[in-house]
Amino acid sequence: MSEQFTIGDRVRVRRAYPPGHVRAPYFTRGKTGVVTAIAGHYRNPEDLAYGRYDGEILPLYRVRFEQADLWAEYQGGPKDSTIVDVYENWLEPEKGGGR
Amino acid sequence: MVGPRRVHDMGGLDAGPVPQEGHQHEAWEKRVDAIRMLCAKYDLLRTDEMRRNIEDLGPGVYDELGYYERWCAAITNVLLQKSVISVDELGRKMKEVEDRWEKARAE
Repeated sequence: MSEQFTIGDRVRVRRAYPPGHVRAPYFTRGKTGVVTAIAGHYRNPEDLAYGRYDGEILPLYRVRFEQADLWAEYQGGPKDSTIVDVYENWLEPEKGGGR
Repeated sequence: MVGPRRVHDMGGLDAGPVPQEGHQHEAWEKRVDAIRMLCAKYDLLRTDEMRRNIEDLGPGVYDELGYYERWCAAITNVLLQKSVISVDELGRKMKEVEDRWEKARAE
């Protein structure tokens, strides 16, 4: 299965706020991180959540965010990071329009 | 523009101290989990449907219910939505169980 991103790519979580079941955590929206792993390929949980069991299969990426990028007043160490699994439909390239 | 944050999506919010002690599960909590597993076995319920229905309990109910109470409410709603059970059927069964419970307690 082909993936739009690869390990080391800088990606941004879409700054979108649709209603309903959304898997990308609120605190990651609009934030940029680095792909550290491809965690597998799974059906879109946002389809499964509404009983659509045969929807598209998406790559799931492990994305590392710098803590200082996530939290405006972060007081911890400069190397602290948070890793979040994010589905491909929520990611766009850091630069450019994405999809 | 930043949109609305839903009640369950609380990553990063101050939550106070986290209780570290373990606890035993009540018998009814294990039954809720057993029902969930049965529904999954017959492909009536996926984890993401559970999550969606728990989130859709909304502010207030979401905060007031305990962990397995949320599960119970979510499983019930999925089974109603899929016409596996009906509201009427559920209401009558709940009354039957309640009456049985009252009777047993009185004896």
